[in-house]
Parts: sequence; C-alpha cells; structure tokens
Amino acid sequence: MDILETLGTLVRTSGFAGFFAAGGWKNLIMIAVACVLLYLGIAKKFEPLLLVGIAFGALLTNIPGAGLYHMAMWDAYVYEVPYDAANDQMLYDAETGTNLFEEVDGKIVPTEAYYQKLGDNYKDPEVIEELSFTDVAHLGGLLDILYIGVKAGIYPCLIFMGVGAMTDFGPLIARPSSLILGAAAQLGVFLAFFGAICMGFAGNEAASIGIIGGADGPTAIYLTTKLAPALLGPIAIAAYSYMALIPMIQPPLMRALTTEEERKVKMEQARAVSKTEKVIFPIVVAAFVILLVPSTAPLIGSLMFGNLLRETGVTERLSDTAQNGLMNIVTLFLGISVGATTVASRFLTPRTLMIIALGLIAFAFSTVGGLLVGKLMYKLSGGKINPLIGSAGVSAVPMAARVSQMEGQKANPGNFLLMHAMGPNVAGVIGSAIAAGFLLALFGG
Amino acid sequence: MYNISLTASAVNMGIPDAAIAAVLGYAVVFFGLILLMAVVSAMGKVMASKTAEAPKPAASAPAPAAAPAPAPAPEIPAAPGSAGEVKLFDVPDKEAAMIMAIVADKMQRPLNELRFKSIKEVKK
Repeated sequence: MDILETLGTLVRTSGFAGFFAAGGWKNLIMIAVACVLLYLGIAKKFEPLLLVGIAFGALLTNIPGAGLYHMAMWDAYVYEVPYDAANDQMLYDAETGTNLFEEVDGKIVPTEAYYQKLGDNYKDPEVIEELSFTDVAHLGGLLDILYIGVKAGIYPCLIFMGVGAMTDFGPLIARPSSLILGAAAQLGVFLAFFGAICMGFAGNEAASIGIIGGADGPTAIYLTTKLAPALLGPIAIAAYSYMALIPMIQPPLMRALTTEEERKVKMEQARAVSKTEKVIFPIVVAAFVILLVPSTAPLIGSLMFGNLLRETGVTERLSDTAQNGLMNIVTLFLGISVGATTVASRFLTPRTLMIIALGLIAFAFSTVGGLLVGKLMYKLSGGKINPLIGSAGVSAVPMAARVSQMEGQKANPGNFLLMHAMGPNVAGVIGSAIAAGFLLALFGG
Repeated sequence: MYNISLTASAVNMGIPDAAIAAVLGYAVVFFGLILLMAVVSAMGKVMASKTAEAPKPAASAPAPAAAPAPAPAPEIPAAPGSAGEVKLFDVPDKEAAMIMAIVADKMQRPLNELRFKSIKEVKK
C-alpha cells in the first residue's frame, strides 16, 4: 500500500480541495451567507423555525463533495431530459436550449458536445432516460429525498393544514368586509410581477417573484416549485426574511399614509360568532374558492381542512397533530430541503439581488394597498374603521396583525386592534392563495 | 420523444401583456374575495335569523294553568364579542383576571373563546 498515494487521494477527494476547484470560491461565499442567515435566525430570531432550517440546508448543500443534493438531477427531472448519474449532469444545455443526447439504435447516448463539456476527467456515462421520484430515491442524497416533498407540493400544503388548524377565523366571520382588505393587500404581488417582467424575467419567473408580496411562505414555495423551481432558494429566503422584517417594513408606511386622527380610532367590538358558523365556514370557503379558482385546491383545501379539524370539536387529536407534531415535522423537512436549493452556482447571480429588491417592493406595495383601502373604509364607515388594520391584509399571520396593534396603541394607548386586524390578516391568506391560483392558471403549472 | 416542460422553460411575456395580466389578476382576487364576503355575510344573516327564531316556540308553549306566573328574572345582557364585559361583585380587577386565566387553563381553552358574565365573591 502506497501511503503517499492514499494520502494524496484523500486530499484530492476531500471537500477542502473542492474550494480550490473551478468556482469553488462561490461555495465559500455561500457558506458565509448560510452563517449570516443562521445568525439572523438564532441571534435576531428572524422567523427562526424556518430560517434556521433553510440556512443549515444552504450550508450543507454548499460543502463540496457532500453529495446531499444534486441540482443537475432535479434540472433533468424538471426539463424532462436524460440524466447522466455517473457525472451528475443532465444531457441538455439549458442556456442554448440544445440537447446533448441522441438516439442510436434505440438507445439514448451522449453527443460529442456533451463529452467536450465534461472535459478530460469524466466517468463512463450512466444515462437514465426519464427520471422518476424512485430514481431520485435511489441515486439522490438525503436532501434530494427530502426535496421530493417540496417538488411534489406536499410540504406547503401540510403546512397550510397546520396553519388552518391554528387559525381562528372568528374575526373574519364577524366582519366579512375584512376580506376586501385581504384582497387589497395583494397589490404588491401584481406590481412586483409587472416589475419583474420589466426587468427581463420570464413570465413564470415573474409570477414566482411577485408572490413574495403575498407574505405567505408556503404559498410562495408552492408556486415557485411549480413555475420556476430554479428560483426557489432566493425566493424562499426573500419571503421569510421580509416576513421577519415586517415590524421594520410596515410601521413607516403606516405612519406615512395615515393621520394621527385615523390611527386613534377605537373600533367597536365585533359580534359574537357561533360555533355552527365556525364549523360551516371552512366547508363553504373551500367549496366556493376552489370552484372559483380550481388551481387553489391544494392550498385552500388543506387550509380549510385544518380549520375544520379545529372547529368541529370532535377531532381534537387530529387538530392537535396538525398544529404541533405534523407541522413541526414538515417545517423541519421544508426548511432544510428549500435551503438545499441554494447551490452557489445558481444563487450567486445578479438575478438573486434583483429578486431580493423586487421582494421588498412587493411587501411594501402590499402594505400600501391594504392601507389605502383601509383609509377608504374609514371614510365610508364614517370613521368607525381604523385604517391601520388594512396593513394586516398581507398574510404573515399573526405578525402583521401585531404590528397594527402596536401602531394603534402608540397613537391611542386604549386602542386594542389585534382582534380587528386578525380578520384582514387571515383574509390575506385566502387572498394570496387566490393570487397564486390565478398565476398558476396563467402560466400553466 | 422528449418535450421541454413549460414549468421550467421561460414563458416570455411582453410588457403590455404583463400589465394586462397584473390588472386582471388583481381584479380576480378582488372579485373572488368580494363574492366570498357576500357568501359569508349571507351565512351570518341566516345564522342570526335562526338564532332569533329559536326561542319563539318556547315562548308560545302553553304554561301550566295552575302554576303561578314566575317573576321575570332580571335579564343580564350577553357580553358582546368573545371577550365581553364582566360584572364584578366585590372582586378586584387583578383577582378577576387571575380567576379567568385559571379557568381558561383548567378548561384548556383560549381565554378569548370564553365568556365570563360575572364574578362574585361567595362569603361564608
């Protein structure tokens, strides 16, 4: 046994050597980015339940040689082209749109251009013609296997089920006009969508970027997985970071767009909502919204099923599981597998910065949309509705409602807007799901 | 044999089309939620009318002839909203808050789902 050769092989195949390979420095930057995100999640408590998982996934996926997540394999799955498992490459050049395979005697083989792309060091190709989830389970790493749940759209829907089980729709049922504020606060979604098109993004990508303005993480992940999976990492990070920053983003806009007199308005207690109404509500909403926009079925169906479990009073164990055990498990898987998509070569591009800027615009304009319609309702109601509850129309439950409460109380210490703001807040969840359904229908997910 | 999926390939869209799509999308969200508002309002009205109808049969039931007419009990108005207003009889605010918190904890229900009408100190 040649000890020196063995040591040499160990050094060459170690992850450290990967940092000195072509583009390896990008992995180092991404590891630093992951550490910053971990700091924000742990020390600053920015949406820690998801951000810590996303950041750790980003860390793992960018360690050279770890082999936990194979971006090329997922690209091959999405583009529906053959995949070379031995060299971890898809047989398709996405930039030029050319196939790197040909059919010879009924067999799929790589073209000469593919071998040129690989360079000198390559293994004999092991071509898989059409990848399935079973192939991913056989060939993939741990994070590839967990990512199947994102790709199949399972995790966001299960999270929605948990959200439904945790949400009291009583304030919305008591004051149905809250739904208008939930609609108004989707303004940022469509403005950011338009902005993204103007900045050169494709329609499906712009739709995924716009949905950041819905301030609803699971919806953003669901839509992006369907429409523009390559952008999942930056979009998820932007969505959850801005949701955590709502207490900083919203108050200046709230103070700029409302007068002291408007902020001081004390709202009347809403009517009591009976248990029967709360039980009927999820059934009616699920049926109605899905009939209206069928593509919302997975999200709205899960949300309302979770809420029904909560309200029936006879499925407490299931409701408890949806809210706690299931939600925690899915959050674990979702966070780490979304983080895994932040592969350096794809994340460190100017497009990521553009997505982050557009996400901020989306959040800001969604807040503005809710506030402006809140002001309109203040006028129409003869000063009975505090326009501050409009900003809670962005989903981000219950953070946005808490911000309305805090701003209302700053203007008038006797003001308790929390329950009033919860109406638009939960309406925003339904609104963002409808917006996502519309975009999904438009771009054929 | 192989088709490039629309979900991965770029769906190019011009700026005028994007403007139309954005306005249309926002309108669809408004339309959907306004319709939903109408449905929820109608549901609330139906429920309110059913609640109002419910005591009528009891009131129209014939009372036993021999029984003396009971003195009408002083009607305590139901506390509005989920939290409501609590009538306190010889109970300081702090103690009342503590009692309500203990009851909510024992019942394992959120405090805002319980309605306390009054709290009275029972003196031996």
